[in-house]
Amino acid sequence: MKFGVVTFPGSNCDYDTYAAVRHILSEEVEFLWHLDADLKGSDVVILPGGFSYGDYLRTGAIARFSPIVKEVIKFAREGGTVWGICNGFQILLEAGLLPGAMLRNKGLRFICRYVNIRVESVGNRLTAGLNQGQVLRIPIAHSDGNYYDYPEKIEKLKENDQIVFRYCDSEGNITAESNPNGSFDNIAGICNRDKNVFGMMPHPERAVENVLNSTDGLKLFESIRAYYSRRAVV
Amino acid sequence: MVSAKVTVVFKEGVLDPQGKTIFNALQDLGYNSVKSVSTGKVFNLDLEKDDRQDAERELNEICQKLLANPVIEDYRIEVE
Repeated sequence: MKFGVVTFPGSNCDYDTYAAVRHILSEEVEFLWHLDADLKGSDVVILPGGFSYGDYLRTGAIARFSPIVKEVIKFAREGGTVWGICNGFQILLEAGLLPGAMLRNKGLRFICRYVNIRVESVGNRLTAGLNQGQVLRIPIAHSDGNYYDYPEKIEKLKENDQIVFRYCDSEGNITAESNPNGSFDNIAGICNRDKNVFGMMPHPERAVENVLNSTDGLKLFESIRAYYSRRAVV
Repeated sequence: MVSAKVTVVFKEGVLDPQGKTIFNALQDLGYNSVKSVSTGKVFNLDLEKDDRQDAERELNEICQKLLANPVIEDYRIEVE
């Protein structure tokens, strides 16, 4: 299987993501340039973190019109796996591939630290290899991670099992104190209705080796790989 | 040429943390008459158009497509 990592002007987690796939997961991976309308045969396309186009106007607002994102939208509609991390999540929201929008963090500050997130759903390829309710320790690094949508839309997410991660304490309790940015219902990650497009604010690519203090992020990469190897067998 | 001013603001009920912080600062400064503050963005656009209605139609499209995020923001167009 093959991963593709998109580089926009201002992406700064593209190399970390590439390294996580290539050197830790040991799978094939290629960079995809924002001006190329070519996914180079990727099975999984990752939109990495950073500040695409300087975060001008709104985070992800300009990137969504880039040639590569037009291809990503087509790829997603055909069922391909698209995974947006941090700024990548923001781009997927602006592109309409995921519902909702990002607001500034409630405290108005850039937050860079480890957080705990609870796996809310295992009915998808990103978390199928994990346990329901499992707590992961993964860092966040963002100014605009305050997920918002209308309450009735959030209800729809719940009904369709689209909430993938929520911020929690180390015991897995969903509390106001464990919500770093004011996100609606402590939401840290969601997927689309068809469960092939994922967005999350925490950075799993920064938690893939013991030297990074956590290997919880690697579990997500492994879950996706397991999904593709099962498919290959069938 | 048509000149236009587009104002983008948060929808009613959407949290505006910057507006809230500015409001708190004004209270601290003693401006107690201020009862609310909300923030937004202003865009000044010049369009090469002769027809005002045609310009407004295009501005609406521009707002919906790029300048405003309809999930959280409303916009207002003023054509000079």
